[in-house]
This record gives sequence, C-alpha cells and structure tokens, in this order.
Amino acid sequence: MAATDAGPAPARRSIITGGRNFADRLFGGITGSAAMVVLLIILGLFYQLITRSWSSIQANGLGFIFGTNWNPSQNVYGAGVFIVGTAVTSVAALILATIVAVLVALYLVEIAPSWLARPIGYMVELLAAIPSVVYGLWGIYVLGPFLVTIVGPILTNTLGQVIPFFNGVPRVTGLLPAIVVLTIMIVPTIMAISRDVIGAVPGSQREGILALGATRWEMIRIAVLPYARSGVIGGAILGLARAVGETLAVTLVIGNRSAIADTIFSPTYTMASVIANQFQEADGPTHRAALLEVALVLLVMTFLINVVARILVWRVTNGQRAVVVE
Amino acid sequence: MNFVEARSPLFRRRQMTNNVMTGIMGFAAVLAVVPLVLIVFHVLVNGFGSLSINLLIEDPNSPGRPGGGIRNAITGSAIMVGLAVLIGAPIAIGCGIFLAEYGQNRLGTILRFLVDVLAGMPSITIGLFMYALIVLPNSQFMAIAGALALAVILLPIVARITEEMVLLVPRSLREAAYALGAPRWRTVMTIVLPTALPGIVTGLMLALSRIAGEAAPLLFTSLGNQFTSTDLFRAIDAVPSRIYTYAAGPFDYWHEQAWAMSLMLVLFILLVSIVVRAIAGSKVTVRQ
Repeated sequence: MAATDAGPAPARRSIITGGRNFADRLFGGITGSAAMVVLLIILGLFYQLITRSWSSIQANGLGFIFGTNWNPSQNVYGAGVFIVGTAVTSVAALILATIVAVLVALYLVEIAPSWLARPIGYMVELLAAIPSVVYGLWGIYVLGPFLVTIVGPILTNTLGQVIPFFNGVPRVTGLLPAIVVLTIMIVPTIMAISRDVIGAVPGSQREGILALGATRWEMIRIAVLPYARSGVIGGAILGLARAVGETLAVTLVIGNRSAIADTIFSPTYTMASVIANQFQEADGPTHRAALLEVALVLLVMTFLINVVARILVWRVTNGQRAVVVE
Repeated sequence: MNFVEARSPLFRRRQMTNNVMTGIMGFAAVLAVVPLVLIVFHVLVNGFGSLSINLLIEDPNSPGRPGGGIRNAITGSAIMVGLAVLIGAPIAIGCGIFLAEYGQNRLGTILRFLVDVLAGMPSITIGLFMYALIVLPNSQFMAIAGALALAVILLPIVARITEEMVLLVPRSLREAAYALGAPRWRTVMTIVLPTALPGIVTGLMLALSRIAGEAAPLLFTSLGNQFTSTDLFRAIDAVPSRIYTYAAGPFDYWHEQAWAMSLMLVLFILLVSIVVRAIAGSKVTVRQ
C-alpha cells in the first residue's frame, strides 16, 4: 500500500465545529450500526442454535459427542460417526491440499515467469469460484467412476496390501471421492494465502543466501519457507475451516451411511452432510434438535479453527488482508 | 564458480536436488490447474447437449416424466439473489465504511476480526440460523428467509472489500475536501465513496456470483418449489438447490438437466469473474 497517500485522515475534531457536527455523528452512528449487525448475526447464530438444540443437549449430554450410534427411530443420538467423518475427510484433504498448494505457490512466486504465473494463479483462483454443487455433480458422475476404475485398483494393489485401511471394494461414493473433492476445493484458499506470504518474504533474504552460493531450492528451503511458515500454516487452517464446513459437494459423494468408515472406500457421513441429508425428512422435533446440535458442534469447531487461523495470518500480514481478486 | 567446483559430486548432487524440486513444483502447478480444466470441460460437454429453450421457459414436469424446464429455479434464484444484494449491500458497505473511517482502534480491530470470522462460518449453519429465526416460528418456508441467509453470506465479503477500497482513496483527495470546509460525512459520501465505487462494485459482483451458486443455506429456508413463484413469503425454487436434487435423484433426464443448469451457473460465474477482472481488475490489485 502506498502508505503516505492513502487511508482516512486521522480522526481529529474539526476546528470549526469542535466535533459537535450533528450530521457527522449521525453518519458515524449509521455506519457503526451497520458494523454492529455483524456482531448481532454472530451472537444470534449461536443463540438460535443453542436454544433450538437445547432439548437434545439435555437429553443426550456428552454421549452426543462420544456416542457412535445414531438411530433416530429409537431416539438414540450419538454424533461420533459424523465428527470422525468430518475430521478424517478434512484432515486428509488438508494434508494433500497443503502440499500441492505450497508447491504451486512457490512455483508461482519463485520460479515461473510472470506471463505464466499470472494465468496459472488466476486459474487456480477460479477453482474457488465454482459452486459446491457443481463439484458434487462432477464428483459423482466423473470423478467417482474414475476413482473406481483407475485409482481404486491401484490403491488396493499397492498400499492396500500393506495397510488394510486401503484394501476394499472401490465405490463411486465414499470416503475417497469426498477427500479428493475437498482437496480440489481447498487448494485455491491455501494457495492464495501462501502466495501472498511467500511473496512478502523480503528480497534481501533471498539475495543473502544466493550470495552464499545456494541453489534456488536451497534458497527456498533455508530462506523462504521458514520465513513464511506461520502464514502458510494460517492459510492451511483457513482451508481446513472451509473443508470442515463444506456441505453439498461432500453430501453428494460421501455415500451417506451412519457408520465410521473401515476402509478408504466405505461410505460414511460428515457433520455437514448428515444435516443436509436428514434435516428435511427429520422424524419429528427430537431428531431435528439433534441435527441442530450437530450444527452447533460444527459451528463451534469452525469458529475455533477460524480464530486460530486469522490470528496466525494476521500476525504475518500485520492485519492487512490481501484482496481476493488480483 | 570455477571448473573444479562444478565437477565436484556435492555440487552435482545439490544441482540435481534443485532440478528435481523445480520439476516437482512445476508438476504441482499443472496438477492444480487440471481439475479446473476437467470440470469446465465436463460441464461444457455434458451441459451443452441438454440446453434447450424449453429448459428456460417451462416448469419441471412431475418427477419421472422427461422434459420440462427450470423456469421456476431461474426465477427463484434471480429473486433471492437480487433481494440478498438489496438487503446485504447497504449494510455491508456501511460496515466497510465504518471499519475504514472509524476502525483504526480496538473496536475496529474486534469488528474486523468478527467480519472475518463470519466469512468463515459454514453456509449450512447460516441456513439453519434463518430456519430457526424465520421458518420455524412461522411454520412456513419463505423466499425471504433464503434471501436473508444469502445476504448474511454476502455481508462479510463486501464489507472487507469496501473497507480496503475506501482505505485506498488518496488522502490528498480528502484533504482537498476538508480544505473546502466539507464535514466528514460529506467528504465520505461525495468524494471518497465515488472514488472507491469501482472497487466496491467489483466486490459486489464477486459476492453476487458466490451467492448465486450457494445451495446449502437454501435447503431449509426457501426449500424449493415445483412451480414458478414470486411470492416472498412462500417456498421458492433456486438453481443450485435444484442441481443438488437432480444430481442425487434417480432419473437420467434429471442428471442431464443438472449438467445444463451447472453449465449456466458456471458460465455466469466465470463470466462475472472475467469481466470484473478485465474492467476493474487493475483497481482491485494495488496491494501485493
């Protein structure tokens, strides 16, 4: 930012009106109340979900979090399966996406000439603009069959021979397609932030180590990555928050079954997908309250993840966030 | 470097590592672009064949009877997205102005943080919030509840972009206005906002294309409707939620129509991002 000639003038009382200008106060009041709407929405969100799921919170207690039996017809509600489902899909997607995204970000900042870096970066960012349902549709009818016929057999014949978790009957919907779709969806988030923080590493760092005779990769490993680390981690956690809250793409490809996946091909549920799948046809108020409690757990989780991520990113970028569009 | 050093095994190994890692990074870049190409390709190929004029001007047939269209979904999406922008944009722009003008203090830091946190909340929980707030007390699914959910999603995106755009307005412009004796509100409304407007409109367009594709918050608020409706206080259809229903449903013609709807949606969104980038891209860059 051009620091000298941008930004509002310092809030100083007008000499002529002594700061008692009624219209100025009104203006501050109006914009201030618009800002307060954000606070009201967040409070309202928590308040509504807590009160609407209160009966479920009281009836199920802690068993709601740790129980893995979800049986609405018998009024047994344990959301453990969904919590595990969300954790497994998002963490796996996080690991895969972070590796790809950081490598891409490094390529774009350190290696690619700008005529190549701009279009590639732009195309990866466009991935973020494609709606969730379209990913889901593509996931069922294109990615799913591809995973079944090509990737599935390869996985079972290699990793599957060593680790039973990777040995199973490939299916169009299940854990694996969900992980792949989520990975594709969060790469842009992590890439955009990684690119910003890697780009923010001072050039003198690079020049210093190059002058000592380092190769370009050694420069990246020794001078660039450690400097950008906490920002990259922040970006990765933001990607995690997106994966945790992702709903319809996952609902379409994960297979929707109330059981913890025993192989990477098994169908299961995430918290968001069980809500999307069961809420409209909920068997009465208890089932609905239980699903609202799932939403509450999801909300608290994403809230905490977001807070951690924002603090990390803010520390690196000094409170300034990059504009989404280049 | 001298000749002896260049031949040393250590140097060669370092050189090799460097080349291998460069290759891996380049490969990752290709890998990251492939999904976009594939998705756009498949949406084009599968969607184009199912596009027809009937799709735009007819309501859906009863399930299982091929044919029919999605007029109801297009109308519903247009109404709810439009309403969401009408409700959300003024609040978001007000919020952005406040953060930029009065937000250089602790209150501003907290609010800015909350805006970012709101931006990260899952859209399905926002849908359930509107369900609990509006649908449940009235026992009625409503277009307005869907529009409000979309407005909540739009709010943080537009607020932060407005803030950044207002902060980018050169201080000399303000000082010129102050020197003419203009009070702060007048300076902001007549000098600062018009200067920042292209950037704000850009942000608004991007947010609009984002909420046009959101289905999760609509499932429990506007629900869906087999017929074209313009009643804000009744259930209404939307394109993304109809894609969801059709994609998960059993009929082949549903899948075809889901691809066709995806094609319209993706073209709309890509068009908006490309146009925005072409027209206002340079104004939104500024910060690296």
